[in-house]
Amino acid sequence: MLSGSRQALRVGLRAWGRPTAGAIQRSFASEATAPAAEDEQSNEFLKQWASVAPNLDKPRLPSSYMKARPPAPATIPSKLTVNLALPHRFEVADKEVDMIIIPATSGQMGVLPGHVPTVVELKPGLLSIHEGDDVQKMFVSGGFAFIQKNSFADLVVVEAVPLEQIDAEEVKKGLAHYSQLVNTASSDLEKAQAQIGLEVHSAMSVALGA
Amino acid sequence: MSSRRSAHALSSGAQVATEENRRSDQRLGVGPEVAGHLCENCILPSGMASGSARRGGARLANLLHGYLNSSSTATSASWSQTGIAAREIAPFGARMASNQIVRNRMKSVRSIQKITKAMKMVAASKLRGVQSKTEDSRGLWQPFTALLGDSPGVDAKKKIIVTISSDKGLCGGINSTSVKFSKALMRLTAASGPDKQASYVVIGEKGKAQLQRDSKKNIRMFVTETQKLPINFSLACALADEIMQKVEFDAIHLVYNKFQSVVSFLPTVATILSPETLAAGSEEGKLGELDSYEFEGSETRAAVLQNLSEFQLASVLYNALLENSCSEMGARMSAMDNSAKNASDMLEKLTLSYNRSRQAQITTELIEIISGAAALEASS
Repeated sequence: MLSGSRQALRVGLRAWGRPTAGAIQRSFASEATAPAAEDEQSNEFLKQWASVAPNLDKPRLPSSYMKARPPAPATIPSKLTVNLALPHRFEVADKEVDMIIIPATSGQMGVLPGHVPTVVELKPGLLSIHEGDDVQKMFVSGGFAFIQKNSFADLVVVEAVPLEQIDAEEVKKGLAHYSQLVNTASSDLEKAQAQIGLEVHSAMSVALGA
Repeated sequence: MSSRRSAHALSSGAQVATEENRRSDQRLGVGPEVAGHLCENCILPSGMASGSARRGGARLANLLHGYLNSSSTATSASWSQTGIAAREIAPFGARMASNQIVRNRMKSVRSIQKITKAMKMVAASKLRGVQSKTEDSRGLWQPFTALLGDSPGVDAKKKIIVTISSDKGLCGGINSTSVKFSKALMRLTAASGPDKQASYVVIGEKGKAQLQRDSKKNIRMFVTETQKLPINFSLACALADEIMQKVEFDAIHLVYNKFQSVVSFLPTVATILSPETLAAGSEEGKLGELDSYEFEGSETRAAVLQNLSEFQLASVLYNALLENSCSEMGARMSAMDNSAKNASDMLEKLTLSYNRSRQAQITTELIEIISGAAALEASS
């Protein structure tokens, strides 16, 4: 009963003030002992842990380090919440937008709020984020995109650069270089590397041209 | 009479030696046997003590040796253990030597204090560098957990426990914590069923050393020197690639210390499922909802799941390596800080006892001289 109200307090506070991207989530001292296990399987695991290692603290689970995601709403929400994560930066965090266009391996794909939950593989290409009249274009490398049920779009890519920062001259040079390498490549590894370079550079030139 | 004269000579000679020692640390004035014991206690190179005995302390050494052998074994044994206790139980002539012991200890404690302080500064500066990287990388694994949930108790036949530890020591208890948690996970796997087996992949020298002691046959692979160059995503990708190629698994448990603050490190277990386990799915939790997701990209769902699993392993491994590195720096900072504090406390106590014994010695010499002079006057 007491823990139930504490849980409610915790969830409420989480929804309140969403900290800025990358800020450390500080939990209350009272929460420091018990990790939050939100589903049955994790609880089961923790119980087994207690029987096997009674003197050790319970391990934390990564889900306790995340902000709770809101559940799927009944009606289609008006905005799409986008997260773009890079290994070295949290590029876009919880941004509410109207539409995004992502470069799936099968072509450019538009995502609107209320999209069917999908797991998409991304190839190097142009990503554009539309918010009202404001369009933000970025060139992203390969990665994954998860479109969740509650109109959350999570994009995980290895690298993303704003389109303005790409130099057209360098792209042309790279294109020539890699197409030459593809022809002269000897081993499979070199051929694969050259082909990857060629794909990325041609995608970049297409993105610049578009 | 002769013993009194020799004792007098010893004490006056010792006084001179101590004066000189204060100016230049040349003659220790202790016997070679005693010097041998001292060296073990005072972290001195043993050559130095015996060399000085050769130079000037040989005469004193013989006298000391005689006194030592005449005293009981108990006192000599305990005298060789602590230099400070020598004052109370040592024979007469060895008082000068205990001063020297204390001086040597003070020197070594002072150098230890300097070294640990320097190590703390180095760890603090490294921590600052890695901390910002770690905080930026925390966004990388969150989408995967949001999609797939956390399934630490997954019912898998072959489990790999990847223990992340440091290469260097003197970093507090984080490596022992990781190893303890890994061993508990192993026990849990063994307890959950007869056909379930688990093996270790160890990253880091310290974890490998600890796990090798009793679980050598369970270690499938170990990786060391991951921190020679700054950790970046390519390193995590290469490691993930190695693990996926060399070891077959149904689920991977990643054990690492998450960096919460400079004094707090939380042991965490992250779970990554193999593509087959993902495809098999489960009835409950986030994984059960995976069926309702469309899959775009490669031709088959299985291929997409394969890529997903590999990417997840690389991302979570990258974050885990960074968090563990942060925790290591933080733990080393507090360990070295405690060590420097202890060294300065010890130095204070040693200084007090040294001054006390020095003053007592001077007082004794004065009394002897004065009483000798008074005796001469009285007789004349």
